[in-house]
Amino acid sequence: MKENNSLMIKAENLSKHFGPTKAVDGISFEIREGELFGLLGPNGAGKTTTVRMIATLILPTSGKIEVNGFTLPRQAAIVRNFIGYVPQALSSDGSLTGYENLLIFAKLVGLRKKEREQRIQELIGLMGIEDSVHKLVKEYSGGMVRKLEIAQALLHHPKVLLLDEPTVGLDPVARHSVWDVLEALRKNYDVTVLLTTHYMEEAEALCDQLAIMDHGKIVAVGTPQELKSQTGTSNLEEAFIALTGHGTEEGGNFYELRRVRRMARRLQ
Amino acid sequence: MSSEEFVAWQGAYNNIWRSFLRWLSNSLTLGEMELRRIRHDPTDIFTRAVQPVLWLLVFGETFTKIRAIPTGGVPYIAFMTPGILSQSVMFISIFYGLNLIWDRDQGIVQKFLALPVPRSAFVVGRTMGAMVRGLSQALIILFLALVLRIPIHWSLLSVIGTMGVVMLGSAFFSSFSMILASLMRTRERFMGIGQVLTMPLFFASSAIYPISIMPGWLQVVAKINPLSYVVEILRALLVTNDYTNIFIYLGILLGAIALSIVIGTKLYPRLAQ
Repeated sequence: MKENNSLMIKAENLSKHFGPTKAVDGISFEIREGELFGLLGPNGAGKTTTVRMIATLILPTSGKIEVNGFTLPRQAAIVRNFIGYVPQALSSDGSLTGYENLLIFAKLVGLRKKEREQRIQELIGLMGIEDSVHKLVKEYSGGMVRKLEIAQALLHHPKVLLLDEPTVGLDPVARHSVWDVLEALRKNYDVTVLLTTHYMEEAEALCDQLAIMDHGKIVAVGTPQELKSQTGTSNLEEAFIALTGHGTEEGGNFYELRRVRRMARRLQ
Repeated sequence: MSSEEFVAWQGAYNNIWRSFLRWLSNSLTLGEMELRRIRHDPTDIFTRAVQPVLWLLVFGETFTKIRAIPTGGVPYIAFMTPGILSQSVMFISIFYGLNLIWDRDQGIVQKFLALPVPRSAFVVGRTMGAMVRGLSQALIILFLALVLRIPIHWSLLSVIGTMGVVMLGSAFFSSFSMILASLMRTRERFMGIGQVLTMPLFFASSAIYPISIMPGWLQVVAKINPLSYVVEILRALLVTNDYTNIFIYLGILLGAIALSIVIGTKLYPRLAQ
């Protein structure tokens, strides 16, 4: 982790209400440039809603977000130039090939022809998906789709990569291959990563900084090590229980569970 | 104008021009994506052709025999061909928004909305894709008319004009469909409203009988219905060669397209919620 870097994302007293439900309830956090920041919490804790607000997709009910010094939602059109977003659902177009998915995105973000080809090849190499770029995405394994999506989100050299539950529903092998990609990204690029997860091992293996979220609130922030020593526990699982009073497998409603199951089925 | 003013003006002009080019290129890219989808799986286009073929072969041939509908002296099957073409274009286009909902369920819409792309390009790009789908219907039905020897008017103008008008019709109904998709957001609700709308739009138009024989209240509905204008222009091109009001009809159609694209653009970001 790099110290004393400049502020990349700042959320201040951020809230999002859906009717009477307070999905996000007055959270504040700061993410520094180059950091890999994790939002850890059970389903329904408000992680996805938080990421969507930063991804300029939904408007906060109240509070403030700054990305690279620009304020949301007022400067959303500018902010979109330096964020790359990978939603929780498998969002590559299954009816196109992997290459076509990359090509369309590269054109949309305005890369010129020569630069485009170079960038696409570079990312295909980084993700290790050379052998299947000309196959239809619906024939891909779950881990490959995820890597393709991350490549799509990186085409325009974003400063911030937003990953919503990047490994949910993946088998352990595929999960580790996605982790490897994120590690490689951290080594080779100056990209700041915000990811959400409800997997303890993932949070522990990847994140420089962690914010533990529960019922729309952030209950603790720190490095995995800090969180453990703060609670006097030996692993993150126990630290989480000490902070929230329950584990990450609780929470979430019928629809969320159904969505995750459906996706897990598509991934197999 | 001072030289500084000129430079400032030129800078602003260049910016607007560059944003316009970027918008155009974004729209074309999104249109290209739709075409690539069709290329990978064109079955949809052919299955969609079954219904209009049945209308022409079964309904058309039968009603031509009983001469129940005043067509102004033309064989009924020729009278209804532009109507069936319009209907089939409307049927395909009005369910076009289903793709949007499908893409939304898969997170595709959300991922695109986080890109630095003007919102209107999403609606315009998809509309372009729908225009090409509509065009395929025109080609299939014109081919069928040729095979069945339906006595329509054949000329370079009528064929090219037909293709153009079919594309305009697709543009209107697909962008209208995207408005519905942005409002409904779930497949069930969208299918419900789509089913409710298609039949009234079809029957309250001049597709299979002239407006003049409808009851008064239905005539009013038919005249608001953009499908009637698609039918009237196609009928002028393919059957009557009466071009009296054609520019008014075209104007109405273009106005309807512009309006639905503007509303569609306004509502499109709702899909991410």
